[in-house]
Amino acid sequence: MFRAPMSEDQDELLRLYGQMQRIRRVEEECARAYAQGKIGGFLHLYIGQESVGVGAIAALRPDDYVIGTYRDHGLAMAKGMPARAVLAELFGKATGCSQGLGGSMHLFDAEHHMLGGYGIVGGHIPLAAGVAYASKYQGNGRVTLCFFGEGSVTIGSFHEALSLAALWKLPIVFICENNEYSMGTPLARSLSLEDVSQKALGYAMARDRFFARDVLEVKARIGEAVTRAREESEPTLVEVRTYRFRGHSMSDPGKYRTPEEIEAQKKLDPLQKARDALVAVLGEEKLAALDAEIEAETADAVKHAEEAPEPSPDILEPTTYVGEFAR
Amino acid sequence: MSREIRYREALREAIAEEMERDPRVFIMGEEVGRYQGAYKVTEGLFDRFGDKRVVDAPIAENGFAGIGVGAAMVGLRPIIEFMTWNFSAVAFDQILSNAAKVRQMSGGQFSCPIVFRGPNGSARQVGSQHSQSMEGFYAHVPGLKVVAPAFPRDAKGLLKAAIRDDNPVCFFESETLYSMKGEVPDPSEGDLLVEIGKANVCHEGSDVTIVSWSRITHVALEAAKLLAAEGISAEIVDLRSLRPLDEETILESVRKTHRAVVAHEGWPYGSVGAEVVDRIQRLGFDDLDAPVLRVTGMDVPMPYNARLEQHCLPQPAAIVSACKKVLYLE
Ligand SMILES: Cc1ncc(C[n+]2csc(CCOP(=O)(O)OP(=O)(O)O)c2C)c(N)n1
Repeated sequence: MFRAPMSEDQDELLRLYGQMQRIRRVEEECARAYAQGKIGGFLHLYIGQESVGVGAIAALRPDDYVIGTYRDHGLAMAKGMPARAVLAELFGKATGCSQGLGGSMHLFDAEHHMLGGYGIVGGHIPLAAGVAYASKYQGNGRVTLCFFGEGSVTIGSFHEALSLAALWKLPIVFICENNEYSMGTPLARSLSLEDVSQKALGYAMARDRFFARDVLEVKARIGEAVTRAREESEPTLVEVRTYRFRGHSMSDPGKYRTPEEIEAQKKLDPLQKARDALVAVLGEEKLAALDAEIEAETADAVKHAEEAPEPSPDILEPTTYVGEFAR
Repeated sequence: MSREIRYREALREAIAEEMERDPRVFIMGEEVGRYQGAYKVTEGLFDRFGDKRVVDAPIAENGFAGIGVGAAMVGLRPIIEFMTWNFSAVAFDQILSNAAKVRQMSGGQFSCPIVFRGPNGSARQVGSQHSQSMEGFYAHVPGLKVVAPAFPRDAKGLLKAAIRDDNPVCFFESETLYSMKGEVPDPSEGDLLVEIGKANVCHEGSDVTIVSWSRITHVALEAAKLLAAEGISAEIVDLRSLRPLDEETILESVRKTHRAVVAHEGWPYGSVGAEVVDRIQRLGFDDLDAPVLRVTGMDVPMPYNARLEQHCLPQPAAIVSACKKVLYLE
């Protein structure tokens, strides 16, 4: 069968599909491991939202920064963290990105400029502005992407950070991943408006708003904001409409939405959409081969996490202070 | 060569010298620049270093404390000034959940070299919301260092050390100390650094140990004079650092006097003073001839009324009385 040669876009789509599929498979394995009691604490999955993080981070340079909330596995992987380091961290192992001290909600990777996931809703947004502040101070041309849910928009730290970022013209893109629910609370019961990007208006900040159904569109639209940050040192608030297919966390009874609603959303799955588009050009075989490769990588990462050693109590004091412990 | 300078000038010298030495250091806070500082600590710095390094922030403590934390994580050395520590309450999350945690959460990959500083404790009749001693909240937190100097020399040396420290340091000053003069070595004699974590015996004695810090060290000095007039020799251990705590200097003094009184301005419940008492009784039990007593601020919100305010604050007479009690003279 004749196939048209791949365009640059298709090349990129294939690459981004691979990233999204890697995240999806790791998240599914996390859910399984959690059910088996191998992962403790809170676990917030990114399933359904992969196109946001993957598309947005594809618009970055490697030395740009990413900061997010506890829903951070996908962001960390898109920024370059290997699946082994993610899973080992979730299993609480010494080979995890944070030596097993951070867990699911706190994935940090200094090498890849992943500046962490944070557990206090909105609390990381001023910190992200500070990272952008440092980039401007140092003149290193780096851009910071700060991810958060629409639940962050109701807390003060969001507003202080946007206010200061606009005032001081910081090179940052604030990305609100609006997945319609803040835990069990739908948008309409947490905000007085439907268009979250309007919050930028009060700070005279540029804004954008779109659905995350096409990962390449996410890349292009966030790319505009990244350019604005890098070239004009101006912040942007971008509301990306998305949907999480799983519960808020693993303990979510999910009574606040109907199975029909979730099924309808799954039909719009950006990951499946990307795969379908690629199959149309490359054929099912090629995609199946890529999926199999990802399957093997994922299995390897799970095996690694299972077999990795536990961290020793010896690391507790040196990771609390630089130098001698202050007691 | 030593000169007499004020506590606020000592702080200013420390900031200026460190900014001169290290281009990564900047100071940010409300009115620190053009206004020259709400308490004039930063007077002249804006003209000298410009708006990149002396940054006037709007009223957004959570926002600019967070900006400091993020900037510290990626290579800068911010000094964040709180107009007073009372207002740090709205930035508490940034200090507690971010500054004190990034090192641990990242498995040691990131650290947070930042100084949070400002005046702490009572001023004069500024009422309950503006009179709080906040150091206890911060000393409670692993990952933070906490210092509270009483003298200009220590203020300068500790602030310079705090700016150079690779950890977040909470630096507690006092409005009532800003104008106090004291001997501070001339900058020509070289860098004045006071090691964080070392207490100082600022008054020697043999009958009873008084442990104190910040403004109350001066109250303790007055008490020591009153005690001396009655033939009682008090030794004062000025802690300077509240975390880490210099156990050794405290215990050494108690080994000599066998009696201790801990005096501080903040509330008694679960305070740094309680921590000091725990360490003395636990580590120095055999050296003690009496239970350790505390003289603290009263366990109520600070009243506005001038007399009641003084009633709530530790006075020399209260320290004298506590010392006599541990000597079984009262
Ligand atoms: C300050 C604070 N309050 C409450 C919580 C508990 N909490 C964790 S996530 C969450 C909902 C946040 O929803 P959203 O911002 O929409 O993000 P999403 O989980 O959908 O990604 C809440 C209430 C918290 N972590 N921090």
